[in-house]
Amino acid sequence: MTRGRIRAKLQRSHLYTFSCLRPSNAGAEGPNLVQGSRIVHCNQPHLHQKKPLKYCSNFISTTKYNVVTFLPKAIFEQFRRVANLYFLLAAALSLTAISPFSAISMIAPLAFVVGLSMAKEALEDSRRFVQDMKVNLRKTSVHKGDGVFGYRPWHKIQVGDVVKVEKDQFFPADLLLLSSSYEDGICYVETMNLDGETNLKIKRCLEETVPLNDDESFKNFTGMIRCEDPNPSLYTFVGNLEYDGRVFSLDPGQILLRDSKLRNTAYVYAVVIFTGHDSKVLQNATDSPSKRSTIEKKMDYIIYILFTFLVVISLISSIGFAVKTKYQVPDWWYLQPQNTDNLFDPNRPALSGFYHLITALILYGYLIPISLYVSIEVVKVLQATFINQDINMFDEETGNPAQARTSNLNEELGQVDTILSDKTGTLTCNQMDFLKCSIAGTAYGVRSSEVELAAEKQMAIEEEEVDLSNFPMHRDSQHDSRRNVRRASEIELETVITSNVGNDQKPVIKGFNFEDGRLMNGNWIKEPKTDVHLLFFRILAICQTAIPELNEETGSCTYEAESPDEGAFLVAAREFGFEFCKRTQSSVVICERYPNPGQPVEREYKIMDILNFTSKRKRMSVIVRDEEGQILLLCKGADSIIFDRLSKNGRMYEEVTTKHLNEYGEAGLRTLALAYKMLEESEYATWNIEFQKAKACIGADREAMLERLSDMMERELILVGATAVEDKLQKGVPQCIDKLAQAGLKIWVLTGDKMETAINIGFACSLLRQGMKHICVTTMSLDSLSKDVKEAVKENILNQLTNASRMIEEEKDPHAAFALIIDGKTLTYALEDDIKHQFLGLAVACASVICCRVSPKQKAMVTRLVKEGTGKTTLAIGDGANDVGMIQEADIGVGISGVEGMQAVMASDFSIAQFRFLERLLVVHGHWCYKRIAQMVCYFFYKNIAFGLTLFYFEAFAAFSGQSVYDDWYMLLFNVLLTSLPVISLGVFEQDVSSEVCLQFPALYQQGPRNLFFNWYRILGWMGNGVYSSLIIFFLNIIIFYDQAFRAGGQTADMDTVGTTMFTCIIWAVNCQIALTMSHFTWIQHLLVWGSIVTWYLFLLLYGMTSPLISGNAYKLLVEVLGPAPIYWAATLLVTITCNLPYFAHISFQKCFNPMDHHVIQEIKYYKKDVEDQHMWTRERSKARHDTKIGFTARVEAKIRQLRGRLQKKHSSVAS
Amino acid sequence: MAITGASSSGGAKDGTSDSSSVARRNSKKPKYSRFTQQELPACKPILTPGWVITTFISIGVIFIPIGLASLFASERVVEIIDRYDEDCVPLNYTYNKLAYIQSSETNKTCTKRLIVSKQMKSPVYIYYQLDNFYQNHRRYVKSRSDKQLRSKASEDDTSTCKPEAVTENNSPIVPCGLIAWSLFNDTYGFSVKNKVLEVSKKNIAWKSDQDNKFGSDVYPKNFQSGGLIGGAKLNASIPLSEQEDLIVWMRTAALPTFRKLYGKIETDLEANDEITVVIQNNYNTYSFGGKKRLVLSTTSWIGGKNDFLGVAYLTVGGLCLFLAISFILLYVIKPRPLGDPSYLSWNRGHTS
Repeated sequence: MTRGRIRAKLQRSHLYTFSCLRPSNAGAEGPNLVQGSRIVHCNQPHLHQKKPLKYCSNFISTTKYNVVTFLPKAIFEQFRRVANLYFLLAAALSLTAISPFSAISMIAPLAFVVGLSMAKEALEDSRRFVQDMKVNLRKTSVHKGDGVFGYRPWHKIQVGDVVKVEKDQFFPADLLLLSSSYEDGICYVETMNLDGETNLKIKRCLEETVPLNDDESFKNFTGMIRCEDPNPSLYTFVGNLEYDGRVFSLDPGQILLRDSKLRNTAYVYAVVIFTGHDSKVLQNATDSPSKRSTIEKKMDYIIYILFTFLVVISLISSIGFAVKTKYQVPDWWYLQPQNTDNLFDPNRPALSGFYHLITALILYGYLIPISLYVSIEVVKVLQATFINQDINMFDEETGNPAQARTSNLNEELGQVDTILSDKTGTLTCNQMDFLKCSIAGTAYGVRSSEVELAAEKQMAIEEEEVDLSNFPMHRDSQHDSRRNVRRASEIELETVITSNVGNDQKPVIKGFNFEDGRLMNGNWIKEPKTDVHLLFFRILAICQTAIPELNEETGSCTYEAESPDEGAFLVAAREFGFEFCKRTQSSVVICERYPNPGQPVEREYKIMDILNFTSKRKRMSVIVRDEEGQILLLCKGADSIIFDRLSKNGRMYEEVTTKHLNEYGEAGLRTLALAYKMLEESEYATWNIEFQKAKACIGADREAMLERLSDMMERELILVGATAVEDKLQKGVPQCIDKLAQAGLKIWVLTGDKMETAINIGFACSLLRQGMKHICVTTMSLDSLSKDVKEAVKENILNQLTNASRMIEEEKDPHAAFALIIDGKTLTYALEDDIKHQFLGLAVACASVICCRVSPKQKAMVTRLVKEGTGKTTLAIGDGANDVGMIQEADIGVGISGVEGMQAVMASDFSIAQFRFLERLLVVHGHWCYKRIAQMVCYFFYKNIAFGLTLFYFEAFAAFSGQSVYDDWYMLLFNVLLTSLPVISLGVFEQDVSSEVCLQFPALYQQGPRNLFFNWYRILGWMGNGVYSSLIIFFLNIIIFYDQAFRAGGQTADMDTVGTTMFTCIIWAVNCQIALTMSHFTWIQHLLVWGSIVTWYLFLLLYGMTSPLISGNAYKLLVEVLGPAPIYWAATLLVTITCNLPYFAHISFQKCFNPMDHHVIQEIKYYKKDVEDQHMWTRERSKARHDTKIGFTARVEAKIRQLRGRLQKKHSSVAS
Repeated sequence: MAITGASSSGGAKDGTSDSSSVARRNSKKPKYSRFTQQELPACKPILTPGWVITTFISIGVIFIPIGLASLFASERVVEIIDRYDEDCVPLNYTYNKLAYIQSSETNKTCTKRLIVSKQMKSPVYIYYQLDNFYQNHRRYVKSRSDKQLRSKASEDDTSTCKPEAVTENNSPIVPCGLIAWSLFNDTYGFSVKNKVLEVSKKNIAWKSDQDNKFGSDVYPKNFQSGGLIGGAKLNASIPLSEQEDLIVWMRTAALPTFRKLYGKIETDLEANDEITVVIQNNYNTYSFGGKKRLVLSTTSWIGGKNDFLGVAYLTVGGLCLFLAISFILLYVIKPRPLGDPSYLSWNRGHTS
């Protein structure tokens, strides 16, 4: 046993009535018919080393490449991009005479670009490899022969091995359970990683293998399993075990699946059946779909447009060329046209024209920015690094930073419209705290829930603001003091939001956050109705199925409960002085400190029966006999259920308790009602006979019978009180939801939990509030599958949907908010093709949507429906394996890291440690990345059009011969060196407003979803700017350098002089353009932008110094020819200014007369108006919130409206 | 036994896990730096009306003087242009110019008189100007061998010179290629008042070309010896580095209309001087309808006569001043206080 812990050995199966009662004739029904050929020799792994019994090893690999396949595969991947393929062809053709350029100037940039992309691939894949290796090197205890077990890394585990898995360890492969530390061979398994369900599942081994429960017994153990072949179905398994000369059938109840976890059980022995990629969980793994952002998809269209444009101008060129060649070139004796080859053959102009088409396609290839993809990739990797490095998204508790797992989607973060969120583990931490209770009609518990706290703070501010706006006349004179107050509260709110809510109130005891002097320290004895209190505490302590573990070090007990609520109850009972300290097979021992403090009494309660909890019954009861011999039925359950079952004289506190329960619900708490009933000996005896009979019988109606009997018993109850447990939200969740709602995002909750829990959490997160109209769409529970019934159900749902839609349409109150709550069963119908659009329409009209009891697959289907139905960007966030489908389906998948399961994180595009970081991820990083990428892509097209078109214009002056006016080296360096770095710095460092402002003005986020920076207007504007610039650059230079001397020395300009001057102008113009585009200059931007221009001159200088064999006519061009010519500098200045003039005038006009939000905020910040006029600043901040119907801001507003309405009524009644 | 062994090791793990997990946590924590937190100090210029107007005005203020200065400079340049390709064809060949120019028997000498309109200070540059001559045609531009021009050792390096690379018996042509082969070969002789004007052909090419691109040990060889005669012949006894006409010609022009430097006259020409030019009209531009002009020009700091630069500067400068005024008016008519929150979208949404 683990140190410091003592646990009674128990036959757990006796604790439960329904779920784990073993049918007495287990294993007798004979072997299953097994389809499939897998044979496993238990405990003889050596037999599995040869074919045909050699199965795949337990080594897992999720990498895309390995050392050998990397090169071919990665290269193939690269050239699947059309643009890259085009450049590859161009590079290949550059080796022939067709090409207008030298081979190197085509191949070098391509090699650079492809090489860089491949390096990125390699880096990402190596990360995956490291992750895999971590898993492969986990150790588990394996039978090494002769009854000795030793640790071995997972990847060395073979089929047939007997492994011993200890508590809280993951199973290394799919295993057959042989025995466990419990005598009846059961164990508890947490399958959160597989299906996201947090409740523990019970697995039990075959009766015959139970005795194999120590290391020694495996010395001579052999057996053979025949079973199905590997398959992805998690819930089925067919197989037989041959052991001891007999054949036993196996079912899923004996199978422990890889990646689930052993809980509440000290150890299990099991034999390995499926290893590595054969295991069910890995069979289930699908390759995560590669996602592309909206901007990138749109970018493809732009590329297609440019391609079309390219083809058009190439056709113009080649037709021009063919015409010239046919009609004019024969006269151009200086070309020796009689002496020519196919490329310039006047006799065959069509053929020459065709060749020239290819030449032209290569020549004008500069229209397609070769470096666009690679620059974007570099930028995104750097952006991702910033996300990973953000200290504000680092979670101190789990030690996990945020992680951008793929960098493709950074800018998509800035365009999210709908968030689909999982509940457990994402919004809540799945930890319950006992917070309040109502006993005998008196409410106890003074602490407020997180929701209440946050709402109070918010309310304080809002009221101030309402006051202010009500008295605009007195503002100046009066508001000084108010302003201070409000500022203080604002600051307070900020601290509430940023720091843990109620840090000082953090419960010392996990699960217990109750404070009330009337109950604590035995003071309840002084309260009236002590007997009811006593009962209340006893119900808390007895009505449960947990197992206590005595911690020797502290002397107190910890509990292993099935659900966290139950744990919270037991802890609460302990704190109230009723410590549950021992459980035996048939009794529960409570150590009661009161009513005689000082002398704790151990009382033993005989457990007669347990009527356990199911989601259908929504209640659980125990029947106990106390020390006096009195038989009691203690019951806890959902309030509605309990209230229905109260006896006439048990309704004493019903009214008050209902009121309390409503208050608790409003405060976002989970409530249960507690009740009891006294039983007569004879009454119990007659019932018990029936009940035992039902328990023993086997057959389809067993369940129904048990349920009916339980139902009979749980009547005529007497209400004692109610409990309120806080399903602890993760830190900062309500605030985060509030902010996200203010940023205009819609939030849907998809949970596997039951409807009540989901609604409670909805309240806790302020997704629901009192006064909101709840539209619950449900189905009557019909299990029959006949077609007519199905049709009827569907009809019914359709009716509900249309009615609800009509109701929303007819609603006149602009503040009315609707919430749609739908359960999984209904969803199966609602997601069918013919009515899904009605469903979606209704859901979109509602302020919040909660889907409960949904399966992982439905989560994915809902996500797809939203994604495809609304055409907007969706983000799915979750933590468990049950969220994987939805994470992969959504445009962006976010996984919560830090919890133990990694599936969601592995499938996600981004991982964060806590839900609250989502705000920063979207509102800051998403906003920035979207703007950066959008501006960058636009600029890229501008710059390449500005450059590429000059080549085309020149053709018209060079008889369309395919001659370039620029030196090959200039062309090569243009995209790679001279203009790429500034645009990368734009993509990495640009900030329109600082991160604080992003957070303070959530409305700025809407620029992304509304796509203000990458709409066609903007894209075409930039392209037009590119065309304009190309015209200016080309024609001004051509006219300036037309035919006359360009220097005092009388020399005329040759092609290199003109080309170099033009190129200088281009470099200046595009770099000045990007400087105008940027609004945020750190030294890096300055260095890169101005550095690029300097680099150009440096290059020209150095190039001119190389041997003339390399530089050709550019030899000493700058020093000798251009530098001393004033006209060169004059032309540069003129062209640069003229190119940028329209853009400058445009932005001047826009910023002055039609400013966007961030422009105004930039100005406010620049003039420090936010410091001078803080009143205005806070007012604007609160106005900047998107008009929202969810979140606690909306809640507070609703409350204020309500109060004001009441006030008005009062006034009017007074007046009349 | 094994159980206790296993769990005690588990216990030991528990004991160390606290400190190690703290270390692990810290190891994952991003290190703070202004760079990684994107908080580098930055200047965030904003476009205030002041800046806009200042920018426009200063562009205007800078551009207009530059424009005036270049116009003035351009005005000072004196240029005489004379087209002679038509005039120098004898009347009987008017309809058959090609035959005239291709025949070796016809007299190519032609005399023209030019009047100097204004005084031309020395040096007066002499240019020939060709029209519709595609020196920038790709086939033409590529047809040369820089290696061969540069050193005697690379004489055989004529692979890029097609179709004018080697003679019929496969010995290399120096200088090879279409450019050299089509060298301009009209010549001009000048005299004023019967006094011959010296034409200096020195230093008409770039110094670097002479020194580094055209070898002083490379002599013309097999040049214009094939069946097709293109343009000028070269004196085989002068190294290429001294053949400045060739060097100038080899710098291919960017446009189909171009001038190239022929020589310099080092004496001043007075106004109303009549210059007699004796032209040897050898070069065939008649087959492709090209024009030939003789240009005499002085220069200024902006080179030859170039009104465009000045006009362009004045236009852009004027435009900027106009924009400056328009913006001033706009600001006056419809002022927007900077940082005025009423322009924020949420404040404007209600009014509009």
